[in-house]
Amino acid sequence: MSSLLMAGLLFTPLAWAVLCLLLAFRAARLASVIGMLLQMALSLALWAWVAEQGGFFYHLGGWAPPLGIGLRVDGLAVTFVLLTALVGAACGLHAGLYLDPSRPWQRYFWPLFWMLWAGLNAVWLAGDLFNLYVGLELITLAAVGLVVLGGAAPALEAALRYLFAALIGSLAYLLGVALLYAEFGSLSLVGVGEGAGSASPAASFALLIMLFGLAVKAALFPGHTWLPPAHGIARAPVSALLSGLVVKAAFYVAARVWLELGPALEAAVVGVLLGVAGSAAVCWGSWQALRQPQLKLVVAWSSVAQIGYLFLLFPLSHGVPEAVSLQAQQGVTLQVISHALAKSAMFLAAGNLILSVRSKRVEALAGVSRYLPLSLFSFGLAGVSLMGMPPSGGFAAKWLLLQASLASGQWWWAAVLLVGGLLAAAYVFRIYRASFQEVEESDPFYHPPRSLEIIPLVLALLALGLGLVAEPVLSVLGLPFGGEVLSP
Amino acid sequence: MTSALLYVLAGALLCGGGLAGCLLVRHLLRRLLAFNLLGSGVFLLLVGLPAHRHGSDPVTHALVLTGIVVAVAATALALVLIRRYFHLTGRVSLPTGRQEDR
Repeated sequence: MSSLLMAGLLFTPLAWAVLCLLLAFRAARLASVIGMLLQMALSLALWAWVAEQGGFFYHLGGWAPPLGIGLRVDGLAVTFVLLTALVGAACGLHAGLYLDPSRPWQRYFWPLFWMLWAGLNAVWLAGDLFNLYVGLELITLAAVGLVVLGGAAPALEAALRYLFAALIGSLAYLLGVALLYAEFGSLSLVGVGEGAGSASPAASFALLIMLFGLAVKAALFPGHTWLPPAHGIARAPVSALLSGLVVKAAFYVAARVWLELGPALEAAVVGVLLGVAGSAAVCWGSWQALRQPQLKLVVAWSSVAQIGYLFLLFPLSHGVPEAVSLQAQQGVTLQVISHALAKSAMFLAAGNLILSVRSKRVEALAGVSRYLPLSLFSFGLAGVSLMGMPPSGGFAAKWLLLQASLASGQWWWAAVLLVGGLLAAAYVFRIYRASFQEVEESDPFYHPPRSLEIIPLVLALLALGLGLVAEPVLSVLGLPFGGEVLSP
Repeated sequence: MTSALLYVLAGALLCGGGLAGCLLVRHLLRRLLAFNLLGSGVFLLLVGLPAHRHGSDPVTHALVLTGIVVAVAATALALVLIRRYFHLTGRVSLPTGRQEDR
């Protein structure tokens, strides 16, 4: 049963990528809707399976590692697989209506979309360092292709910046993998973690260079400069995918590597450095979001800020009691989930607003509150989660991080959470102020179809409701992991 | 001095040169070449370092084969983007210092 689920989960995106390459836009859209439903059902079934039976290792095609591919299916991985299915399906459905089928290049959205999905699933489930690299590269190539969809010069420029930054990041990560393999003779995360019993200079350097590469790929300040142009210029559903899921993949790898290696290598300084960079990202990203003239750049800079919170995991999980570390891990996981839902909702809503007012500028939103309340409402609901107000998922995440930072005696991270929340409120209200400006009586706006407006609303409501169901969501993360091997 | 050590040193040299190129060179094609140098350096290290420490190892060869495929794909994508960018704008390097206000 579970091997069928795994095969379906990994095979569907790749098969659909090839299938959609052969089809025209509308046919590919129809096929993709079927694929998304299938993927959603498989993810749900796997999640339920793991929630009931506990996690397992899975050897692809029955080939054992190190030459075969070993996948680690645990509570965290299936949670993210399910999150990907949810956000991916929402963005896919939105894109099917949002993109204009009459432009010939739009049909390439679908193969790239499925490639991205395949890469994301590969990263969540990978059990060894090298497959994480392959998964990350698959994601990067698909994501760059999606950014450039449309092919105007500014999009190409943003895509090239993104590609070069991502390539530096991947190669730095791969160099770290080479050093670790030479040191421990193992590629699996578990094997490397066991090998790193004591601090060794080579392993410490490897950890440092891997975290550097992954931080660039996750757009951590000051390596964030590629993100706002790329996420700002991409089509709205693409930006939603990139901000919601893609940057999280690099962070997920960094967190997994850190939790295996960080404590063993006594890398406290690295943890604090990453925490400081994360805090700077929160402040600088929010400040820039407050100053951007274009709506989508506001949302893109807000991503820079929200990613900063994730990196508080590193100082809060090192050299602290087990319970505090667990609290920090849970807080960061919730932040990943709530930001994925809220930010994709926000980008989709922003896309709808831009479609309606036919301009990318914030001032152009004047009068929107009167004639297009629904999209603005979704935008605001997503904003509530980004600000971290109860009962949203963002609130639950920040609450856990706050508790962890106070319990570990590192109260200064709590100040970052506070400042970030205030600045987030400021940039969301700035959009609201612009949209409540009164205009002349007649309705000058294009009204997008209702289904386009419903999708971000659903995502925003999920982000808002996450705080209420945080307990059951987090309980899956702590499921027993037997370490037994299932293979077909 | 074993041959594996020679690969390690060559790999380190290529990595250093490639990284310097990535950061310093502005011309897009040259920067892409620098990336490929860096990549080749990493691959050499990936094969050479474990061989130097523990003897020859088939796993690293399989890894590098996969790595080369990934590198070729990334290079092809970058080339297409650079070519298109040149056709549209006539520029061979990305403009500097204006990222913030776009």
